[in-house]
Amino acid sequence: MSSDMSNSGHKPDGGSAQPKAPPANQPKFWNDPKKRSLLFQTLLLAVLGYFFYSVVDNTLTNLEQRGITTGFDFLTQEAGFGIAMSLIEYTEASSYGATFFVGLLNTVLIAAMGIIAATILGFLIGIARLSDNWLISKISAVYIEIFRNIPLLLQIFFWYFAVLRTLPHPRQSIEFFSSFLNNRGLIVPAPVAEDGFGIVIFGFFAALVGSWFMSRWAKKRQEDTGQQFPIFWASVGLILGVPLLLFLVSGMPMVLEHPELKGFNFRGGITVIPELIALWLALSIYTAAFIAETVRAGILAVSHGQTEAASALGLPKAKTLRFIVIPQALRVIIPPLTSQYLNLTKNSSLATAIGYPDLVNVFAGTTLNQTGQAIEVIAMTMAVYLTLSLVTSMFMNWYNARIQLTER
Amino acid sequence: MKYDLQPTLPAPSNTIGVVAWMRKHLFNGPISSVATIVLGYFLISWLIPIIQWTILDADLFGESRDACTSGGACWVFINVRLNQFLYGFYPAEEYWRLNLAFVLLIGSIIWLVLPRTPFKGWMALFLLVVFPVIAYFLLYGNSFGLMQVETHLWGGLSLTLVLAVVGIVASLPLGILLALGRQSEMPIVRSVCIIFIEIWRGVPLITVLFMASVMLPLFFPEDMSFDKLLRALIGITLFQSAYMAEVIRGGLQAIPKGQYEAADALGLGYWQKMILIIMPQALKLMIPGIVNTFIALFKDTSLVLIIGLFDLLAIGQAANQDPKWIGYSTESYIFVALMFWVFCFSMSRYSMHLEHKLHTGHSNRA
Amino acid sequence: MSNPQAVTDHLMVELRDVNKWYGEFHVLKNINLQVKQGEKIVICGPSGSGKSTMIRCINRLEEHQKGDIIVNDVPLTEDLKNIELVRKDVGMVFQHFNLFPHLTVLENCVLAPIWVKKLPRKEAEKQAMELLERVKIPDQALKYPGQLSGGQQQRVAIARSLCMNPDVMLFDEPTSALDPEMIKEVLDVMVELAHEGMTMLCVTHEMGFAKTVADRVIFMDGGQIVEENEPHEFFENPQHERTQLFLSQILQH
Repeated sequence: MSSDMSNSGHKPDGGSAQPKAPPANQPKFWNDPKKRSLLFQTLLLAVLGYFFYSVVDNTLTNLEQRGITTGFDFLTQEAGFGIAMSLIEYTEASSYGATFFVGLLNTVLIAAMGIIAATILGFLIGIARLSDNWLISKISAVYIEIFRNIPLLLQIFFWYFAVLRTLPHPRQSIEFFSSFLNNRGLIVPAPVAEDGFGIVIFGFFAALVGSWFMSRWAKKRQEDTGQQFPIFWASVGLILGVPLLLFLVSGMPMVLEHPELKGFNFRGGITVIPELIALWLALSIYTAAFIAETVRAGILAVSHGQTEAASALGLPKAKTLRFIVIPQALRVIIPPLTSQYLNLTKNSSLATAIGYPDLVNVFAGTTLNQTGQAIEVIAMTMAVYLTLSLVTSMFMNWYNARIQLTER
Repeated sequence: MKYDLQPTLPAPSNTIGVVAWMRKHLFNGPISSVATIVLGYFLISWLIPIIQWTILDADLFGESRDACTSGGACWVFINVRLNQFLYGFYPAEEYWRLNLAFVLLIGSIIWLVLPRTPFKGWMALFLLVVFPVIAYFLLYGNSFGLMQVETHLWGGLSLTLVLAVVGIVASLPLGILLALGRQSEMPIVRSVCIIFIEIWRGVPLITVLFMASVMLPLFFPEDMSFDKLLRALIGITLFQSAYMAEVIRGGLQAIPKGQYEAADALGLGYWQKMILIIMPQALKLMIPGIVNTFIALFKDTSLVLIIGLFDLLAIGQAANQDPKWIGYSTESYIFVALMFWVFCFSMSRYSMHLEHKLHTGHSNRA
Repeated sequence: MSNPQAVTDHLMVELRDVNKWYGEFHVLKNINLQVKQGEKIVICGPSGSGKSTMIRCINRLEEHQKGDIIVNDVPLTEDLKNIELVRKDVGMVFQHFNLFPHLTVLENCVLAPIWVKKLPRKEAEKQAMELLERVKIPDQALKYPGQLSGGQQQRVAIARSLCMNPDVMLFDEPTSALDPEMIKEVLDVMVELAHEGMTMLCVTHEMGFAKTVADRVIFMDGGQIVEENEPHEFFENPQHERTQLFLSQILQH
């Protein structure tokens, strides 16, 4: 290959009939950066191509020897195993394709639950870390240092094996607020809507729309007359009050289905499996420690001069926070916060270690073991996480570009 | 108008001293005071039983669970299995080999961390190149008259350290190449590096380990067989190199453009420029980042228990299954957590210290 | 002196035996100062002499431990109400401008009038545009602070303070962070402000400015007022040897 390159490199570009030696000032091809880089990249492609070719070739041979046919046909086959928790209709007769979606939904569920809890906890602890109160600040520091320096898997195991699995049997359940906690999980009453509940839901959405109009009106009035209106509390009141009022007026059209002990287990109510609780606790507590650090750094990044300038202008503390500190701190916080969310989602794959039926557990675990379709299964699993990462990083690029524009 | 010079007076007694400090930091206003009292109460009412359970009422020595009579933590459980926690199933008469490797590792790290020790460069070279070779022969044996110890016997803290150290040492060169490739002007090289980095960073480690343990044997000819540990190490290294590449890229980007231009102006070639000018400066900036990824990797090594290796956590998990010791899982989790915590916390303090030093060092020079 | 508008007898700012400590360190020692409405005071002194701390006490950015500070008849105590009242009357310009980088120039100027003085937005914007015109940058109103030069930013900061219609303006080394060619544009605005009769306390080393507009120059060292005089006397005939030394050092260039 290199001799080909050198020949073409020596050919004069003008296409004159008589070949002649290159002019003294024309570099030898290996000293010409363009040609050198072309050669190097061609070589790289060739090596990569050979690598992938041999990998694919070996894989095909190996699979053939084991009698495994490649392809995605297995997705329509009957799975034949049950899943402890499913958000959609799923039985042993469902296909492997359904298994994939059950796992995917369970992953999404735990990720969403974890993100909400970790955000609330993380912001609280991050802000507490900056408290003037020495005790509050030190307790937050200890929380952060303990939980982010212990492997997440260990924390999951601790909650699952040392706490939840050692809870009493269903017959000796811990009872509170007509819910039951035992080693089979948490059983809470299930709300069942009756006729007429629709009006409460309608009221809720009406209140949402109403508070949107109210905030527009308040903004307009403030701009025209300078008078302020406590829009936040008014909206909260509206959104909570209207549905509640309608609920009471329409004769409370909802009943709670209370769980009851029948034999050795509970009937009725909603059962939250212990795997979900353990995973949720561990993920939230672990990620909150990282979010707290992010929040603290973000608030500290707003210089002291900013709050001083706001004070000097006479802005009270709450308004300084709202107009000066929070908008600037959020710019610093949001990019690392999104990557923490992504980490949490990826970490939720540790579910498989305690048997929470997430994507990795039911698909890359059970399905792979039963079908042997390693390539397809792992590729599909990785593709899910890759898509999530890609979407997240696209969001971050968009966000960074947006805040950059307004700053400079 | 001219004034007389004023004397320096001591601060009013209500603004200094312990009482003033408490007023400012614990009882600054009604909300703060209530918070201090409530939190203080909870803290004390939690801490006392915890201390009682872990220390005062605990049992440490004994042979079996019968020794645990005081009602507190049963550290006997840990004590009788301590060797397993540290060495896994490594033959007891060969423990000295693990100890020696550990001493070499910690010794050279302390050498590097301490300020003002000579030959730091050589020491780093020893740690990154010579030590892994020595450690391989020490641990695996089968030469120099050492008995061969199969990797399935490796376990406990020593396996955790092997995974983390190999992961970081092996991913460093790969990470450097990837980082340079990502900054390259050659479009194909750049895209290959970006795709490689983003794929590994986008997926959870657990899928990588699954892939390494299930798919790796499929990728290679039938007669090439990989040891389970080696498969895990390959997966971890590939995964880690992507993170390492990003740390290194951060370091490279922190070097002012003037340094690149100055090197070009001196007529240095690409590799000369990188090795002589850029890398030495960038590496210094990267150390905190490298330490941070090491901490993350150190914690992540616990995932190998899912593919059946016996790291520190897996040993603890296995111990909990022992029918003779049912009911003491809290003790083993606390012990394992403490081991991980001591390593991670001290490393994170060191990296913070470095960051602080770099920060102030830069502003002093400016 | 050169200020056209008469100084009235109304005491705008009064400091009586003010003492302040940072922990054990005595930063302000028995400060006594009276500033009448319309007076312009220039405060100078070596760094660490407590001059910035003193003017930062006047709008309670710093707390004092002993003595009284009375601004426009309002005594500064722990009472948040009084602090709010004082801050409404006192404008401040900082060495590093401290503009809000996430808001446009105009938004910087109308934020406090809208939320503290409760002006309608239109009115606040109209007033802000007038003031931006006075500091000669009305065309930058929709830009972000990061897009402006240092001198422009400092002029925006002055306009932002003026939007609250303060009775007193505090300047904390307003030109120290500026490149030489930008100092003049800021000083011009300050001189103009002085001619309009604003009560001003300026911590600055711009001696030319002191000579043109100041009614009194105060020299501080070691946390106390060492010497106080009208500018001509202060520069021609400094009484204290510390003042002489200081002046010889800064007037060398």
